[in-house]
Amino acid sequence: MTITRDEVKKIAELARLEIPEARIERMAGELSAVLDFAGALQRLDLEGCEPSVFAPADAPLREDALDDRRLSQSAALAAAPEAEQGFFLVPPIVENLAP
Amino acid sequence: MAHEAVIGLECHIQLNTRSKMFCGCPAEFGAAPNSNVCPVCLGLPGPLPITNRAAVDAAVRLGLALGCEVRGESVFARKHYFYPDMPKNFQITQYDRPLCEGGALPVRIGDTWRSFDLIRVHAEEDTGKSFHPERHGDRQISRVDFNRAGVPLLELVTQPVFRDPAECAAFLIALRRLVRWLGISEGDMEKGHLRCDANVSIRPAGTEAFGTKTELKNLNSIKGVEKGLTAEIARQEGVVKSGGRIEQATLLYDLDHDKLAIMRTKEHAHDYRYFPEPDLPLLRVDEAWRASARERMPELPWVRAERLVSRWGLPAYDAGILCEQRELADYFEALAAHGEPKLASNWLMTEVLRLLKERNWSLADWTAQVPVSRFAAFLKSVASKELPGPLAKQVVVWLADEPGDVPELLERHGSKVQSSAEDLMPLVRAAIDENPGPVSQYLAGKTATLGFLVGQVMKKSGGQAVPQTVKDMLEAELSRRAPAR
Amino acid sequence: MSASELWRLSARALAERVRGGKVTPAAAVESGWEGPGAAWEADVRAVAHADTAARARGAEAVRSGPLQGVPVLVKDNLCTTDYLTTCASKILAGYQPPYDATVIRRLRAAGAVVTGKGNMDEFAMGSSTEYSCYGPTRNPYDLARVPGGSSGGPAAAVAYGLCPVGLGSDTGGSVRQPAAFCGVFGLKPTYGRLSRYGLVAFGSSLDQVGIFARHAGDVADTYAALAGHDRFDATTRGTPAPDVSRWDAGVQGMTFGWPANLWKEGVDAAVVEALDEAAAALERAGARRVAIEFLPGEFSVATYYLVATAEASSNLARFDGVRYGFRHEDSPDVRALYTRTRSEGFGPEVQRRILLGTYALSAGYYDAYYLTAQRARTRIRREYEAAFARCDFMMLPASPTLAFKLGEKTENPLAMYLSDIFTIGANLAGIPGLTVPMGLAKANGGPALPRAVQLLGPDDAEPRLLAAGRALEARGEVARIGREHETEFAWPTRR
Ligand SMILES: [Mg+2]
Ligand SMILES: [Zn+2]
Repeated sequence: MTITRDEVKKIAELARLEIPEARIERMAGELSAVLDFAGALQRLDLEGCEPSVFAPADAPLREDALDDRRLSQSAALAAAPEAEQGFFLVPPIVENLAP
Repeated sequence: MAHEAVIGLECHIQLNTRSKMFCGCPAEFGAAPNSNVCPVCLGLPGPLPITNRAAVDAAVRLGLALGCEVRGESVFARKHYFYPDMPKNFQITQYDRPLCEGGALPVRIGDTWRSFDLIRVHAEEDTGKSFHPERHGDRQISRVDFNRAGVPLLELVTQPVFRDPAECAAFLIALRRLVRWLGISEGDMEKGHLRCDANVSIRPAGTEAFGTKTELKNLNSIKGVEKGLTAEIARQEGVVKSGGRIEQATLLYDLDHDKLAIMRTKEHAHDYRYFPEPDLPLLRVDEAWRASARERMPELPWVRAERLVSRWGLPAYDAGILCEQRELADYFEALAAHGEPKLASNWLMTEVLRLLKERNWSLADWTAQVPVSRFAAFLKSVASKELPGPLAKQVVVWLADEPGDVPELLERHGSKVQSSAEDLMPLVRAAIDENPGPVSQYLAGKTATLGFLVGQVMKKSGGQAVPQTVKDMLEAELSRRAPAR
Repeated sequence: MSASELWRLSARALAERVRGGKVTPAAAVESGWEGPGAAWEADVRAVAHADTAARARGAEAVRSGPLQGVPVLVKDNLCTTDYLTTCASKILAGYQPPYDATVIRRLRAAGAVVTGKGNMDEFAMGSSTEYSCYGPTRNPYDLARVPGGSSGGPAAAVAYGLCPVGLGSDTGGSVRQPAAFCGVFGLKPTYGRLSRYGLVAFGSSLDQVGIFARHAGDVADTYAALAGHDRFDATTRGTPAPDVSRWDAGVQGMTFGWPANLWKEGVDAAVVEALDEAAAALERAGARRVAIEFLPGEFSVATYYLVATAEASSNLARFDGVRYGFRHEDSPDVRALYTRTRSEGFGPEVQRRILLGTYALSAGYYDAYYLTAQRARTRIRREYEAAFARCDFMMLPASPTLAFKLGEKTENPLAMYLSDIFTIGANLAGIPGLTVPMGLAKANGGPALPRAVQLLGPDDAEPRLLAAGRALEARGEVARIGREHETEFAWPTRR
């Protein structure tokens, strides 16, 4: 199999997903099937093929000005599962350091 | 066995643009929490980023100032990790094709200039702010504010070129000076405009191979950088001396308690899964843009310092000090144009800078009171000796506090008549003769009593004399008399 | 025509009546919800969010324009200020956006009214509209079968007559394949012609908003109203969008490519039959057929499932229970909040693709998977460029099969992925594609199902594709429900 159970666990952690023990084996199988299928690309001659870029080259940059999309504090917090005094509230951040 | 440290810095410079990096929200500070946000910088479902031209222009100017190679085509990339102050749980930054590469920052250490090599400078977006867990009813919570999310940052990464913390501090001071000189950032570390992480390793002195490095994060003041690095180097030497091995790790330095805390070790190393940001086109900076950036570039501090030496004949030391602030160098050259450059330099470096420091004034505060012409006139009267040194020092203070040219000031303080020794000497002698007690105490080394004697002379002069002059004359007269006893 | 009959009309005819004051916007909007529409919806379940009050407000606020008073069902992944926007996912349960997507603003500016939000596969990941937290949408021609996906809701709604126009999104065929299964037109425009601002991203470099309608002319009018540069989307093109006003100009003198090697095997006879009939019809209309060999679709599918999942794993990282949507309650710390919220909030197919994409981007695999796939895209785009050097557009199946049965492919992801084999290439190359309904296949056993063909063209070939689609429409061969709209199906010729 292209993807092992351990790899499934590792990428699940990276993606902040939890795959029940019972389903890991099956997931590894399904992912491997797709990746094996993707192996077809190795048969494709990519000589002189640069990676595609789709955004147009002539896209203008933004001038340094304010626009009207700004939200009021109440609109910004309207959909929050939990908010108070203008802040979003989350369970305690124990990794007290961003990478 | 003696060790040497190998240090590389990663600095984040917050730009002073009006709007954010990828949306039209205000980039300013101090607004109510979550009120400078929009669908883009709040990471709502659906919106897309648009790059702020002014932020890129700032990066281009800094890159050119540092002699970097500025790419005609660079690429924004997504850097992935989950953290509550990251609205999208990825940061738009640059990875394998950054805007600026190479280059170096010249730094004055003492009166020699050293040049520290850089790896890259690139543009990216800042994160929001999350706060330390706090009690909330029966549980713990953390608060999150996204006002800062999306504010433009430049990331500058140096080669591992530093050998001690002092060099790092000097580098940061020079970098702060440069971003202010270019007008792209306030550069205030305490306010987080300039942030610094460091990679630190040690190796036996004289060897080439690098040791295992640790990452020291959030060094957010010059002092913090110096003390934090000193502490980490000591820690590593301790580990090695006790026969241990350095573990790759990320540490936090707590300046208040001078303590290091290990936050993360290699086991939890991150996999950022960088890939080109599909919502943004290649960032194109053509020669025309670079050329216009060069045109708008002020004369750079280290270049100007050399010119102050060659054009005005200043010592390198003076030139270095005067180029610490662009405004100071400007003020100096305006004065120098009236003649007496060395005199101008002396008075700026000593009396004026001291006064600014004492009063915590900016140079702007000073020039508001003492425009170039006014100070030039002062320097003339000093040069022509019509204003003796001690009195001149007093006049500098009056210039800062009162209107009027030098003669007026002297007039107002009645110092004109008694600014000459002949007028004051009798009063000085009298004060000495009438106060043998304090005099002998003074001569016995209790110099504090000099203040009393100065007071006596001032009284006799009806407050007309210049304290500084009186003080100098008393000292002279007393020392003349000392051997007589 | 009585108010209860308005649902039969094309968008153009309906807008004409509203503009002329013969019909009130409210009547125009409600017609699809009354009478037969109500009955159809009860069975088909094309709508994810309906709101009578919102419709009424929309009808009152109608502006004059080419789509004046025309009701449009928009896919649930387009942000709207008057309806929830949930991408048919539990993780966005109850989410109300504070802004309108650019295409929604332009719809309203053209006079159209958002009549509701269409059901879809969760986050547009699927080809059957079975992976929806609201349950599956069914094919109006056979309730035991799927409408296709991921934009199955709007496709089915346009087919049965809830509204004359629908908006979907097409990342790998999510507009063209359901259009084929439901017997309506489905356009996937050139990448960068319709703004993605406010379309909840799946595969950013592949996503395009797409248009459903029963008439080629209605597709053209809607495209004209929506296409063009958007200052909030750096991937939109700066040049003016192609002029589609001559959608009825015919195909006289055009050449169309015929890559028959693609359907030598694995394609239903009924689909091949539709291709042959369509080709013959175009030839009768004055177009010339050119045989071409084309790169087998497997390469496109392989490329697609690396690029789309990688981008999706990144785009879906923001759904974390902090700022909006579903949150798993009582997590001890924020890391647990993420893992529990996402594991509970995302369905199995979405989780599968996030994992696949995370793997394709992770250290050590980036070059072998994502980078290789992006290079393969360039190769695939060149294949199309070579083909279009020899023809104005090409004809191929929209799907290898007719509508399949509910549950038929949900257990086998790869089989589901392969049902997009003919549509994915256009997204990889960024070119436009149009599904053209070709009436009903001969019923074998169950009810007769719609057939269709797909037309692909080079960048900005929308005018050509619509003219060809119109030429086929004018044949007047209509699917069963289409006949309910017979009064004007071949309109304007027969009017
Ligand atoms: Mg950075
Ligand atoms: Zn914003």
